[in-house]
Amino acid sequence: MEIRLEGIGHSYDGFEVMRDITLEIPAGRIVCIVGPSGCGKSTLLRIIGGLEQPARGRVLQIGEPPEGCLNPLTYIFQDFALLPWRSVYGNVSLVLEDHGIRGNEADEIIADVLARTKLSDFAKALPKQLSGGMKQRVAIARALAVNPAVLLMDEPLSALDSQTRELLMDDLVSLYERQPFTAVYVTHNLGEAVRLGHSIVVLSRRPGQIREVVHLDRPIQERTLGDPDLEIRQKHLWELMRAEAQAADAELMNA
Amino acid sequence: MPDATMNADAAGGRAVTFRGGGFAPRPQRWVAFVVFTVLIALAEWGTREGWISALTLPRPSDVLTAFRDLIQTGLLFDHLGPSLSRLAVGSAIGVVAGIMVGILIGLFSLVRSGLVPLVAALFPIPKIALLPLFVIWFGIGEGSKYALIAFGTFTPTVVATYGAVDNVDRTLIRMGQSFGLSWLSIVRKIVLPGAMPGILSGLRISLAIAIILLVAAEMLGAEYGIGAYILEAGSLYDLERLFAGVVILSLLGVFVSAAIGMVERKLLAWRT
Repeated sequence: MEIRLEGIGHSYDGFEVMRDITLEIPAGRIVCIVGPSGCGKSTLLRIIGGLEQPARGRVLQIGEPPEGCLNPLTYIFQDFALLPWRSVYGNVSLVLEDHGIRGNEADEIIADVLARTKLSDFAKALPKQLSGGMKQRVAIARALAVNPAVLLMDEPLSALDSQTRELLMDDLVSLYERQPFTAVYVTHNLGEAVRLGHSIVVLSRRPGQIREVVHLDRPIQERTLGDPDLEIRQKHLWELMRAEAQAADAELMNA
Repeated sequence: MPDATMNADAAGGRAVTFRGGGFAPRPQRWVAFVVFTVLIALAEWGTREGWISALTLPRPSDVLTAFRDLIQTGLLFDHLGPSLSRLAVGSAIGVVAGIMVGILIGLFSLVRSGLVPLVAALFPIPKIALLPLFVIWFGIGEGSKYALIAFGTFTPTVVATYGAVDNVDRTLIRMGQSFGLSWLSIVRKIVLPGAMPGILSGLRISLAIAIILLVAAEMLGAEYGIGAYILEAGSLYDLERLFAGVVILSLLGVFVSAAIGMVERKLLAWRT
C-alpha cells in the first residue's frame, strides 16, 4: 500500500502552518521528514494518519493493505503512549482486543512481537519498571502486533538518550532487514534521517513547504555511525536547514 | 558562626552546609497512637483532678463504660446495622451516579455546559436543610435517608470525577484512536483507569460527607442508628453516651479511610 499527499495545507485559527505539500510514500520505503521546530512536521504526520483534518488537500491510500492487517496506519509516538496500568503484555493486547483477538491467538501474536523487539522476558513488567528504550520497544511491539501497512513515527527516538538512540536505531534497521516496512519518520535529528531514510523531505519554516527531497540509494543496513558519505549528506541537509532553523528560532510564538 | 568559620579555615576548607531534604512526609505509625493516648490521658487526668468539670467533658473511662454497656446489651449492633446499611446504600447510589455523571461531563461538551453550573448550584446547599423535602418525596422510612446520603455524596463525586477525567493524558486517548479502538473501549480501558486516582481521592471526601450526613438522616423517623443514638443522648445531655456514639462515627471514618487506602494500593499499584 502507498500513501499520496495532494496539496496538503493547514491553518490554526487563520494562522497558516503548512502549504501545498504534495508527496508520495512508496511501499517498502522509509520517508523521513525533517524541518525546523514549528514547521508542522508532527501536524503533517497526524494528518497522514487521520488524527487531524487538513484545511486543504487530501491524503490518499493507494492499493489495499496487506492480508491480516488490523490497522493500516499505525503510529509510534515520541512519548511512547503506553498505558501505565497495563503490563507490557497488556499494552500489546490492548490493540488486539478490539479486533476480537483473545486467548491463544493473542498469546501467539504477542509472543512473536515481543521476541522481535527482544522483550520476551518482560511481558509481565509494568511501564514504570522499564527504561525509556524498553518503553519505546514496547510501543514498537504494539505497532507490529497490528501488522501495519504504514508506520507513522513521530520523533520516536527524541525522548531517549543518545546511546539508547543508537541501539534502537540498530533495532529498527534489523526489523527492516527482516521484513521491509513502509514508514513516515518525522524527526529533527538529521543523523537519524540519514541513517534510516530512503528519502528525506526537508520542510521550510512556517508555513511548512517542501524545500527539497534528498534521496539516499545506499541500503539502510549498510549505513553506519560516522560513515563519511552520510556525514556529507547530513552536512548538506544542515546547510539547507540552517537558515530556516535560525529564522524559526527568532520568531515569536503566535506573533 | 565566625567561630565555626575560623575553625574550619584552619583545617583548609569548610564543609558545605546541608540545605536539602524535607518536604517529603513519610508515614510514622506510632505517632498517631501517641497523640491519641496523650489527649485521652490528659482528659482522664483533668476530669479526675477536677480542673475539667464533668459538664465540660465526660471522663474517658465513663465513655468506655457507656461503650461497654452498648456492646453488652447488644444495642451496639441494633444501632450499627441500620446505620451501616443506610451508609452503604445511600453512598453507593450517590457515588455510582456521581461517577457516571462526572464521566459524561468530562467527555461531552453539551453535558458539561449544561450540568457544571447545576452541580455548582447544588454543591453548597446544606443537604440537611432538604431533609423535610426528602421526607415528602421519599417517605419517612429508609427512602429519605438513602436520598439524603446519596445526594450528599453525589456532588463531590461529580466534581472529583470530571476533574479526574480532564486530567487523563490526551496522548493516551489519541493513541487509542490511532489504533482504531471503539469509543466504549477508549472510555473503559483508557479514560476510566486514567481517572481512577482522582476518583478515589474524591471518594475519601464523599464518604466522609456520607458519615456526617448519617446523623442528619437519622434526625427524623429513626428509632435505631448511630445518629439516632447520638441525638437521643444529646437531647438528654448524657455526655458519656454522646461521646460513645461520636467515637463510633470516628472509628467508622478511620475504617472507611483505611479501606479506600487498601483499594488504592491494589488499583493504583501502577503509579510511580
